[in-house]
Amino acid sequence: MQRSKLGLDFDKVNYAKGVSRKIADNVQEFVEGYTTVAVERTLCRLLGIDGVDNNEVPLPNVVVDEIKDKGVLNQGVMYFLGNAVIEAGLNPQQAAEKIAAGELDITQLPSHSVEEAHEALKPYINDCIDKIKARKAKRDNYIKTIGEGPKPYLYVIVATGNIYEDVVQAEAAARQGADIIAVIRTTGQSLLDYVPYGATTEGFGGTVATQENFRIMRTHLDKIGEEEGRYIRLCNYCSGLCMPEIAAMGALEGLDVMLNDALYGILFRDINMQRTLVDQYFSRVLNGFAGVIINTGEDNYLTTADAFDEAHTVLASDFINEQLALIADLPEEQMGLGHAFEMEPGLENGFLYELAQAQMTREIFPKAPLKYMPPTKFMTGNIFKGNVQDALFNQISIWTGQGIQLLGMLTEAIHTPFMSDRYLSLENAKYIFNNMKNIGDEVEFKEDGIIRKRAQKILADSIELLEKIEKEGMFTALEKGIFADIKRPKNGGKGLDGVVEKGSNYFNPFVALMKKN
Amino acid sequence: MSGGLYSTSSNDFDKTLDLTKIKPYGDTMNDGKTQVSFTLPVAKGEEAIEAAKQMMRKMGFEDVQVVFVQELMEGFTFFNCYGSSIHTVDYTSIVVPKVESTTMDMHETDDFIKEHIGRQVVVVGASTGTDAHTVGIDAIMNMKGFAGHYGLERYEMIEALNMGSQVPNEEFIAKAIEMKADVLLVSQTVTQKDVHIQNLVELVEMLEAEGLRDKVILICGGPRISHELAKELGYDAGFGMNKYADDVASYLAQELDRRINQ
Repeated sequence: MQRSKLGLDFDKVNYAKGVSRKIADNVQEFVEGYTTVAVERTLCRLLGIDGVDNNEVPLPNVVVDEIKDKGVLNQGVMYFLGNAVIEAGLNPQQAAEKIAAGELDITQLPSHSVEEAHEALKPYINDCIDKIKARKAKRDNYIKTIGEGPKPYLYVIVATGNIYEDVVQAEAAARQGADIIAVIRTTGQSLLDYVPYGATTEGFGGTVATQENFRIMRTHLDKIGEEEGRYIRLCNYCSGLCMPEIAAMGALEGLDVMLNDALYGILFRDINMQRTLVDQYFSRVLNGFAGVIINTGEDNYLTTADAFDEAHTVLASDFINEQLALIADLPEEQMGLGHAFEMEPGLENGFLYELAQAQMTREIFPKAPLKYMPPTKFMTGNIFKGNVQDALFNQISIWTGQGIQLLGMLTEAIHTPFMSDRYLSLENAKYIFNNMKNIGDEVEFKEDGIIRKRAQKILADSIELLEKIEKEGMFTALEKGIFADIKRPKNGGKGLDGVVEKGSNYFNPFVALMKKN
Repeated sequence: MSGGLYSTSSNDFDKTLDLTKIKPYGDTMNDGKTQVSFTLPVAKGEEAIEAAKQMMRKMGFEDVQVVFVQELMEGFTFFNCYGSSIHTVDYTSIVVPKVESTTMDMHETDDFIKEHIGRQVVVVGASTGTDAHTVGIDAIMNMKGFAGHYGLERYEMIEALNMGSQVPNEEFIAKAIEMKADVLLVSQTVTQKDVHIQNLVELVEMLEAEGLRDKVILICGGPRISHELAKELGYDAGFGMNKYADDVASYLAQELDRRINQ
């Protein structure tokens, strides 16, 4: 039996996980019956379809738009691509090129049974599975041979817009001790219903996520990792309208960490909830199989809702995200469940409440590499105070054993980080992590003190909220604005027209191949 | 390092405050003391330090001290420097355009609207264009407000709609027409390469094309917005850093009163 420093009742924790499981099962029941344009494009990519047509439209979009326009998206791309192998002797890439050239109507080929189509695609399916396994083995081998930094992993962002400049910034950060480099995406990419192609040098507030850009950065980080004797992880964003496609690209190119949270897209990007929950399931299956750590976006709730008053909504969402990930067979060791240090700095004993929240989250999800977000909302142009705010945040992280430390930047409120901002931030974290290394082993919390009481209250409040969500169902709860004070209609938002109920010939063999259970 | 603390040689500056010739203040009038930090794309070494000193002198500093040197990676070195500025500014000749209204608190503004306008004022706000950040518009509009200043949603006499982020200008205008908005609030938080300027100008042009520009009070806000810039772009007012819902509400109430009753 786990011992709680906070006097948490683990029967209550288990009860909360049970309620969350019911909420997640209910969502999954819906998810199983549907597919989306993004899921189908992902299958195209997994079968080896890549490249663009004469108008720069990615071939996965060409194929999926074609079957969607013909009104047979519900049968899925696998079925038609399988037919194309049998009837026309075309591999998936060749079929896609023919469709792009207007030389093939893939929906009009003589049709075969699902079993025959599946059989015809097996070489391509197995090839894909082997590639992803090889990628995973490469990472495992690096970690075994050159090793990795201790937890909390130091996570910094690069965001120049130009992948080649990002490489320079990433190298500087890695040399200074960063363990994870996240390449922030260009503004608005989450709302694009396609993934741009090739290496890119123009972006606003970030760099376009493309498979080529992934490859460029991964190759460079491998080189630096070998030189530094420490594996450097690469993070990107599989969220938004191309969630599973980006998961597939990441699995193939050896990304290590992915932001992956449907709730975030629903609330903050107004993406339709049906669309993104279906997309999320397949993307988590992929991430789970590829050994990719997912990061969930609960911290973002606190940028609109109050961190002190709404702390229980963060925990409730972590509970639900854990169960949704388990359903996709994503191991606990890959669940970077999110939370944040976002209480107003003027709050009396705010540090104690933050400490309670972080310790509580640690104890409730003991195996998860928790993703801890720095102060952002109350960062100001006073960079000197900002450095102190970040220091308090770092203290809590080492004290409570967080997994992934998104380093705060003293210039958070001003600009995307300068090279020197990242240095100061890494110096701050390394100083504190070393100087306070074992404080968590040494200090106990007073019985009936502020910290214990706070943690117990948050758990109780989150259980109450979970019971409410279970009663109403996730979709209705979101319509009522249960998270972050934001209401989203079930049939509103972006991407709903890309959702379709699965037809009789639909099959997706990757799910079974990638899930262990 | 330089023993400047005990040195009297550099204390020969005039210590009287002359507002026509002000300088940065460290701990003595007119000492001009300034801290500067920057990175140079060169390897750490004596030459790098000299380059930093020369850079400081070219920026207008004398008595330059390079107090911290750190190599960030091969070929990049970070410096913290101090220097005394050789430049002065004439404070007495400065004119800054400001929003002309008296800032009232929430209750005073509500009372003002009741008395002078006699109905709820309709305010539609959004973070428009590609900007995904809601922190600015939320700070002004949301019930809770920011830093103890309640947002417009809490005002009894304001009907406020916050459309959130990444709202296209077309959608924003359509909603303004639908709600018969008196006031439009546009927030631009994080921008790169001046995309916020293009977006702000586009909104004004679209409002003019629709014949709506004179029918609404058009306000923009964000950390890089000043009232002067806002006026230049064709807005009625602009609110930058350290402005809260009270400032915006007071302005829009008084401006609407001016337009209706004067």
